[in-house]
Amino acid sequence: MKASAGGYARANDLSHAMELLASSDGSGRVLAGGQSLIAAMNMRLSTGDMLVDISRLSELSGVTEEADTLRIGALTKHVEIGADPLIRAHAPLLAEAVTCIAHAAIRNRGTIGGALAHADPAAEFPACMLALDAIIHIQGSNGERSVAAEDFFEDLFETSLEEDEILTAITVPKAEAGERQVLQEIARRSGDYALVGLCLVARSTGHWVSLLSVGSTPVLAHNAMTLLDQGDVDGAVVALRAEIDPPSDTQASAGYRRHIAGILLRRAVAQAKGEIA
Amino acid sequence: MTIQFGNPDRPNSYIGKTVPRPNAGRLVEGRGKYVDDITLPRMLHVAFVRSPFAHAKILGIDAEEAKSVKGVLRIFTGADLAEICTPWVAVLEHLKGLKSPPEYPMALDRACWVGEPVVAVVATSRSAAEDGAALVEVDYDPLPIVTDMMSALDATTPVLHTELGDNLAFQRLHEEGDVDSVFQTAHKVVSAHFKTGRHTGVTPEPRSILVDWNPAERQMTAYHATQAPHMMQTALAEHLDIPESRVRVICGDVGGSYGIKVHVYPDEVATAAIAKIMARPVKFIADRLESFTTDIHARDHEIEARIAVDAEGKILAIDVDDWTAIGAYSVYPRTSAIEGNQVVNLCGGPYDFANYRAKTTVVFQNKTPTCQYRAVGHPIAVTVTEGLVDMAAAALGMDPVEIRRRNMYADDVYPVTSPAKMRFEGLSHHQSMDKLVALMDYDALRADQAEARARGVHRGIGIASFIELTNPSPFMYGIGGARISAQDGCTVRMDPDGSIVALSGVTEQGQGTEAMLSQIVAEGVGVHPENVRVITGDTQVTPYGGGTWASRGAGIGGEAALRSAQALRDSILEVAAAMLQADQASLDIRDGQVVDTDTGAQRMPLEELGRIVYFRGDTLPDGLPRELVQTRHYITSEYPFAFTNGVQASYLEVDTETGIVTLLKHWCVEDCGRIINPQLVDEQIRGGIVQGLGGALFEEIHYDSEGQLLNGSMADYLVPMAGEMPDMIVGHVETPTKESALGAKGAGEAGTAGAPAAVMNAINDALRPLGAQVTEMPFTPERILRALGSIED
Repeated sequence: MKASAGGYARANDLSHAMELLASSDGSGRVLAGGQSLIAAMNMRLSTGDMLVDISRLSELSGVTEEADTLRIGALTKHVEIGADPLIRAHAPLLAEAVTCIAHAAIRNRGTIGGALAHADPAAEFPACMLALDAIIHIQGSNGERSVAAEDFFEDLFETSLEEDEILTAITVPKAEAGERQVLQEIARRSGDYALVGLCLVARSTGHWVSLLSVGSTPVLAHNAMTLLDQGDVDGAVVALRAEIDPPSDTQASAGYRRHIAGILLRRAVAQAKGEIA
Repeated sequence: MTIQFGNPDRPNSYIGKTVPRPNAGRLVEGRGKYVDDITLPRMLHVAFVRSPFAHAKILGIDAEEAKSVKGVLRIFTGADLAEICTPWVAVLEHLKGLKSPPEYPMALDRACWVGEPVVAVVATSRSAAEDGAALVEVDYDPLPIVTDMMSALDATTPVLHTELGDNLAFQRLHEEGDVDSVFQTAHKVVSAHFKTGRHTGVTPEPRSILVDWNPAERQMTAYHATQAPHMMQTALAEHLDIPESRVRVICGDVGGSYGIKVHVYPDEVATAAIAKIMARPVKFIADRLESFTTDIHARDHEIEARIAVDAEGKILAIDVDDWTAIGAYSVYPRTSAIEGNQVVNLCGGPYDFANYRAKTTVVFQNKTPTCQYRAVGHPIAVTVTEGLVDMAAAALGMDPVEIRRRNMYADDVYPVTSPAKMRFEGLSHHQSMDKLVALMDYDALRADQAEARARGVHRGIGIASFIELTNPSPFMYGIGGARISAQDGCTVRMDPDGSIVALSGVTEQGQGTEAMLSQIVAEGVGVHPENVRVITGDTQVTPYGGGTWASRGAGIGGEAALRSAQALRDSILEVAAAMLQADQASLDIRDGQVVDTDTGAQRMPLEELGRIVYFRGDTLPDGLPRELVQTRHYITSEYPFAFTNGVQASYLEVDTETGIVTLLKHWCVEDCGRIINPQLVDEQIRGGIVQGLGGALFEEIHYDSEGQLLNGSMADYLVPMAGEMPDMIVGHVETPTKESALGAKGAGEAGTAGAPAAVMNAINDALRPLGAQVTEMPFTPERILRALGSIED
């Protein structure tokens, strides 16, 4: 199929991008790396979009160190996140996630902001945001706002972004000394969307467990987290399987996903404790 | 002249050596010319509106809004095209009882599967055609559907084509010996239920056709990505009422076929019909969704089977009940009954046993039609046979290699006829098995498996012996009435500069046909392969032939090339003998030079001979024949098929917590007779194995109960990819066929034939201590965990 776009304009800077979005009568679509949007357009799952290309906005790219947090520009590419020394030192979960995301050609163009705004529940970065307790920064025509990751993802491919808003950056807390960040996932082939994936962050203040591919959004497993805080891994596995409501599709049934979620939690805990690599 | 194949140092010894592929550089540099690279003046594009229902009556079509789209020129319904295109019925006389209704290039008043073309929108660009197609309103009235295979013949199931009376397309029962009484008295009987997943051959280049109709010449030219240009010439001529001589099919570079591009597709015939009506070139390139919904599917089988063995592991009887569902129509002209028929022909293939019963039941359903895909029927038959043999070995506590050695035809028993009535000229099961066991270091692998098991790691070894049908005679299609040539031809000529041009009826699909032909012709004439230009894929230029399918290119096309090349050599030497006043028998051609056979002394370069023949023929004796063009054809005659054999092994690890299978290594030893180009054969085997591994672990077309295809994209339909592929070790035994001077049999499908069974047996070898077994492909992580009883709901 051939894409059917409504138009295309390249933004010179963020305020130009905001103007272009505002003038597109609701059909504006922000084009960043294009690794999901262009594929959807080429299948005519999305037609008539007025594309606002922000990919050249250098002010939205790169990782910077703040006091207790890292600020990651929305246009930072997957490949850059995977190689960034600040990320590796302070948010290793994201570097690990990059190794699971698709293939090199996609990682070379795909951006973290695009992945979050797209809000695919099977993608790694949205679930990582939940486990890291990240803050999403958003620019709108009425100014900036910030939202907690758990409030950002609302439904399948739906976020709290308004039509006139652009996701500009993410801040994640720096890992404490001794903090463990682990990602475990099961995919049929290298680079495929995971059948189930699980992020575990073990911090002095408690455990964070998030999952991908188990619902219409990435989810935090609050009951499992509470039980892990109490040191009850077996209980956490049972609670985790009870608190998720995964879908069935051509790759795996809900029952398989629920079962695997528990397996992944056990593996993640063992990995966090250094028992397995 | 007989070629001394046993002497690798003979002059012009290109057959048997890896020579560079003449087209590789061009393709790698992006200079290939595929159908979509061709743009003709006044060319139009067609996009199809396809049925969103698995079965529905077409009540009306409203195309008014679509006509207003900028660039849209014309819109055709099925009825429009039926006025100039006759329907086809895909049956063959030798498949007794096979029935199928007439099929038109587009649905007339009823659509029978999701994806069937209903309306064609023709525009100045594909994009505009799609814009128009999106606006065509078709009023459908859904009809009762048939999706389930095993209940297709039940009295309560609706009949898909009422005029046929029932949903049975074809049934065949073959019985040899006294199967029932053997099963009653046998030492051990093992039975199992197998399923092979409906899948398709995903070609890198999608189906593509560009058709031009020149009314001034009354000539149709179709640029087509096809395996069988002459077959397509016949089909287009017959159904569009054009003399065959006025249809030219040109097949340039093709990006993979695997059997997918050897069929007559309704949308491609529709494209030709539209080109004829509009008298303008019309292009159709399938997109990936169209590929998944309209390329033929294959391998949708369910099989109940059992084996009887004695206490020593000798196979006494095999009993197979195969079912397959082929979609809404039998596919033209090869038919969709061949796959089931092959299962009957091939089960038990490697083994010397007496009592055999096999039945195939082929039913219609509202899904995409199935037909021949690489290794037609073989993966199914090998899975059933090798699965049963392994299960019998386990029941007897016997090693899987040992039970095979006790049952395979002895290497010195040939010729022999199998219980399925297949005739084997010469196979090498035992030599191949010995070589495999050595290559894989079987005992060391068993030790590694035991050591891993002690650590709680579950590894398995799977063996699969197989036979492969190659070099088909007219017994495959011709005797059934199909105008599909089993014969093939080659024309070889020498030009004035001494270079050689070879025109062949077999085709290049990216697998190296032209390299294979160039080295045969080079050796046959006596020149360097670089000085041979190969031309294939043009019905107006090449000798008439069948094309490339059923592993026939090297065995049939190669032999025709050898014979024509040797005939040209003789013609050249006849002229040379006159010019040099020498005895023709004392002369040879080596590396482009006429030489003295005994001493190798150079007498004359071919370009000098060319100069004289073409420009100074007056200096040659009157009446001296000087035909520097020779054509020869070849067809097999003694055997209906040249069977090959081989054996594969898989070593893998099963994660019993997640069900993920990791392929550790794969081996194949095969016997395709004379090997012309070792590298090309090895890569054919490896590529074939990859597609077999796809069927075993990844590839499955999913439909819901409404007949909706659920996974029509490369994200959802999993093809095997490099990351999951194991190292593959390929070995060979060479038992040349005595039917031809070349001695080559086919190698294109052996890998696909045996790989799925090897993987299945390896998984079950790993799971056996845990009391689990899988027999339903693909072996997804979930199916493995369910076999282990790990999943609660």
